[in-house]
Amino acid sequence: MPVMNIKKFSFTYPGVSDPSLKNITLPIKKNKITALIGPSGCGKSTLLRSMNRIHDLYPGNKYEGKIDLLDFESGKYKNILDIKKENEFIKLRQQVGMIFQKPTPFPMSIFDNVAYGLKIDGIKNKSELSDRVEAALKGSALWSEVSDRLGKSAMGLSGGQQQRLCIARAVAVKPEVLLFDEPTSALDPISTAAIEELIVELRNDISIAIVTHNMQQASRISDYTAFMYLGDLVEYDKTENIFLNPKEKRTEDYITGRFG
Amino acid sequence: MRRLLINKIILTLSTISALIGLAFLAWILVTLFVKGLSSFHFSLFVNDLIDNGLRNLIVGQFILAGMASVIGIPLGMVAGIYIREYGQGRYANLIRNLSDIMMSAPSIVIGAFVYAIIVVPTGHTSGFAGSIALAIMMIPIVISTTDSMLSLVPKELREAGIALGASKYKVIFDIVIKSAKVGIMTGILLAFARIVGETAPLLFTSQTSNYFTLDLTHAFPSLSVSIYDLASDVQTSSRDLAWAASFILTVMVLVINLTGKFITRNKK
Repeated sequence: MPVMNIKKFSFTYPGVSDPSLKNITLPIKKNKITALIGPSGCGKSTLLRSMNRIHDLYPGNKYEGKIDLLDFESGKYKNILDIKKENEFIKLRQQVGMIFQKPTPFPMSIFDNVAYGLKIDGIKNKSELSDRVEAALKGSALWSEVSDRLGKSAMGLSGGQQQRLCIARAVAVKPEVLLFDEPTSALDPISTAAIEELIVELRNDISIAIVTHNMQQASRISDYTAFMYLGDLVEYDKTENIFLNPKEKRTEDYITGRFG
Repeated sequence: MRRLLINKIILTLSTISALIGLAFLAWILVTLFVKGLSSFHFSLFVNDLIDNGLRNLIVGQFILAGMASVIGIPLGMVAGIYIREYGQGRYANLIRNLSDIMMSAPSIVIGAFVYAIIVVPTGHTSGFAGSIALAIMMIPIVISTTDSMLSLVPKELREAGIALGASKYKVIFDIVIKSAKVGIMTGILLAFARIVGETAPLLFTSQTSNYFTLDLTHAFPSLSVSIYDLASDVQTSSRDLAWAASFILTVMVLVINLTGKFITRNKK
């Protein structure tokens, strides 16, 4: 069952006449990892950034079609493109978290970083906060490295640790979906391996969509892969089918490195 | 060969230019230190101008600049936050450009403006008028630093806050301003250093006073305006006092500037 259903979705940036995404139909399946691959400028990040409507930080975008999100509480789908009110946006972003290319630790302590989303959610009870922070840090394989310096600034962590902290921060609010926008492209190979391992583990609780430039990464960690090109969704299938047995010529050309 | 030659000529020319600039700066500082120190005495900090001291002037100058900061810093910061974070397109750009123009407005013009709108209607000079003139000088500087320091905060940091469900104002106050804090503080300190030594905006707004006073509704002691008065006095002793006062003012401004630089360096 998909947690998110993208249906005939088109997206146009402000001041541009042509849509950057054309008629995309794609499911994000529950407790699976969906990778979005394609050459630069194909629209994969644009699509990912539509899924929590972070685009709305910059006004004037045009959305068409539907992005239905399954609400776990009510068990019903809701089109996130209908959202207009601030409190609905807050709820959407608590349901659909996001990790960015560069680690984005906030200028505060490690504890406060992870507690930030929880405090927004209205959790004030100190013991509950510290329990949830601990659980999130353990879930992100960071606890053993930072448990003795939770009060220290998060800026002192290494790049890989910062990225895991950002994942802990997103996981703490218990989202349904987590969006990763090239989460390892700014990291060294060892940190990358740690993040990949973590993403695979997170799949047990959270549905994941990940944009990646790295095809090996997509084949290593994802269950489903969507290949995009020039704003179109060319092919979507199980990852092994995309990489071993693609149906479309363009997919085959891209994954064999004939263009990209 | 030719390129090497040109390279050498350019290098020599720019080195000479830099040295000329530095030489004048050194000359000013040396003159100031020699003349200032020879008339410097610690009793200057104890007596008021009426007893040939500078205490009232130093205190007065800081009160004027402090009052200006109380008005100018919050206004400038909020305006800076507005044009960087909330304002869009033309309107924000208009404010940004106006503020840049204001920054290069001759300070005597600001003094004349405040004279016309406050001193003339109230009938006399006052510490308030002086503070307001200094605040008008300070606001565009604070706007511009706040604006540029906020622009250095990566947009991903804002997006990360929004992506956690924070509202825009929460992201700005919890995250963006915190990351720009050191830069903004330094900018404010430099803005303070800039106005603390100003004369022209005070010349006919607060004027100066020979006595110690904390009453901002009347003419208010100002170090910089008194330097102007003393330096054009016929008595040698007054001119010596002006040198000592210039020395003290320069040291004050230097210390504030260096503190600002020190804060930024420590951050990196």
